[in-house]
Amino acid sequence: MFSSTDTERVDLADEILEPTDLEDAVDEPKRTLDAIEFRDVHLAFDDQKVLDGVSFTVRRGETKIILGRSGGGKSTAIRLILGLLKPDSGQILIDGVDITDFTEEEMMEVRQKIGMVFQEGALFDSLSVYENVAYRLREQGVIDEDEIQAEVERMLRFVDLEDAIDKMPDELSGGMRRRVGIARALVGDPEIVLFDEPTAGLDPPTARTICELAIKLRDLHDVSSIFVTHEMNNVRYLSSEYATVNNQGEVLYEKEGEKLCLINTEVIMLRHGQIVFSGSDEKLRTSKDAYIQRFIHGK
Amino acid sequence: MNPITKFLDELQEVSLLLWNAFTGLFRSPRYPGEILRQMDLIGVGSLPIVLLTGFFTGGVLVLQTFPTLQYYGIHNESGRSVATSLIRELGPVLTALMVAGRIGSAISAELGSMVVSQQIDAMRALGADPIKKLVAPRLLALIFMLPLLTVAADIFGILGGATVASYIFDQDINVFVTSVRNGISTEDILGGVIKPFFFGLVLAGLACHKGLSTTGGTVGVGRSTINAVVLSSIWVIIFDFFLAKALQSILGVGVI
Repeated sequence: MFSSTDTERVDLADEILEPTDLEDAVDEPKRTLDAIEFRDVHLAFDDQKVLDGVSFTVRRGETKIILGRSGGGKSTAIRLILGLLKPDSGQILIDGVDITDFTEEEMMEVRQKIGMVFQEGALFDSLSVYENVAYRLREQGVIDEDEIQAEVERMLRFVDLEDAIDKMPDELSGGMRRRVGIARALVGDPEIVLFDEPTAGLDPPTARTICELAIKLRDLHDVSSIFVTHEMNNVRYLSSEYATVNNQGEVLYEKEGEKLCLINTEVIMLRHGQIVFSGSDEKLRTSKDAYIQRFIHGK
Repeated sequence: MNPITKFLDELQEVSLLLWNAFTGLFRSPRYPGEILRQMDLIGVGSLPIVLLTGFFTGGVLVLQTFPTLQYYGIHNESGRSVATSLIRELGPVLTALMVAGRIGSAISAELGSMVVSQQIDAMRALGADPIKKLVAPRLLALIFMLPLLTVAADIFGILGGATVASYIFDQDINVFVTSVRNGISTEDILGGVIKPFFFGLVLAGLACHKGLSTTGGTVGVGRSTINAVVLSSIWVIIFDFFLAKALQSILGVGVI
């Protein structure tokens, strides 16, 4: 079991944004734009409302946790961001650009800056781990095999799965499949990463590892993300711990407290396609709403 | 939804899928490796069953018709009867049915499994168009390989017929071959190659559509596979009738 003081070595050159990068990033005019914005989005399948007037924003570098029971519209929301579904009404903006009416070809460009981690990993069965992770690069027309190999190894190193590079998906455990899914989603260094229940069905230590990867992306790589889950443990990890790097190049996961208070992670809760809660995890825990209290206590 | 609306809806979806796959062939990125792989899988992979089917169909045709022809004193025309039956009808239809069973089911099951395991969504999320990447190569492979498989089935059917005529009915092989050569025309051959081209469209359209519209998990994959094979087989036979009529009108195939 990991603890908040567990550490891991990372290659500084590969993994960590240089301080100058962060300074540049702060000056970027794009930083003032929300990474993702939903404006009164409605979607129904036949007579069943899946999203009913959903509005929220994800700021740059922020992680938005979407909580809710199965069938509450959580996964649908992130499928809309990728353009895998279209809303019946409302607007969806990525980096301030309205993508609601984008064609499939226009969406291809938008998808270049978004990484998606699917529930079961959704790895291509017929391709090895190497080919799965290299998939996006091959689709983008990269033909230099050395370049592809370097990128695949870098991503697999990020999820600590370098040894699995030649394996086929059916040789991997559930947790390894999710981590390969994360490595595949991170190819091309997307600015936005969407996690669709990435810890569902995993044992607690593996689920913790997945959450740590999300924390690392948020705090060390300035990635905006949406983390769909129904597990309160994930909420606890993501909203109370942060990643930092010590002088030896080790990533440390520390709890927020006197030194630092996390403001880059918020929770929204969906129920019957509507947002019933939006705010910090502390606010969630102290909510008087009976439904929220039942959910928090797993009832 | 009433059956007519449902039929028109499906027809529209299959037509759109085929159109998008066809136009996708002219836009980059293209997948020549995948096209070759599908041609190998569909063409070379189906060759043994198609040759066997053709050989024994030709054989049984001669076995059943030779005594009747002998009764009327025209048994020297047995080659003509087997060649025209095979090239005009049985070769294209039987080959399409065999390929529908073997490839239609495989395509539908593969695409259906990819849908229910979110691999199709992952493909789109990673910047690939599933219609260009998955449907277009299968469409192209089917419309190119089905006519070639049909020609192979025709040849082996005639060989089967010759074998039965020669070994069971003691007919001189030269008489059989002469009868075949006199019996078939260029129009017959042309018609026999045009039909499988359209059958390829039907098989690719239905198998890919059924696979990509799979819902309901693994049970849904099974349902899609059955639907793909059954519908493909029925539509091949229905199409065959209308194509035969069209070819009669345009090329004069089968008109005396």
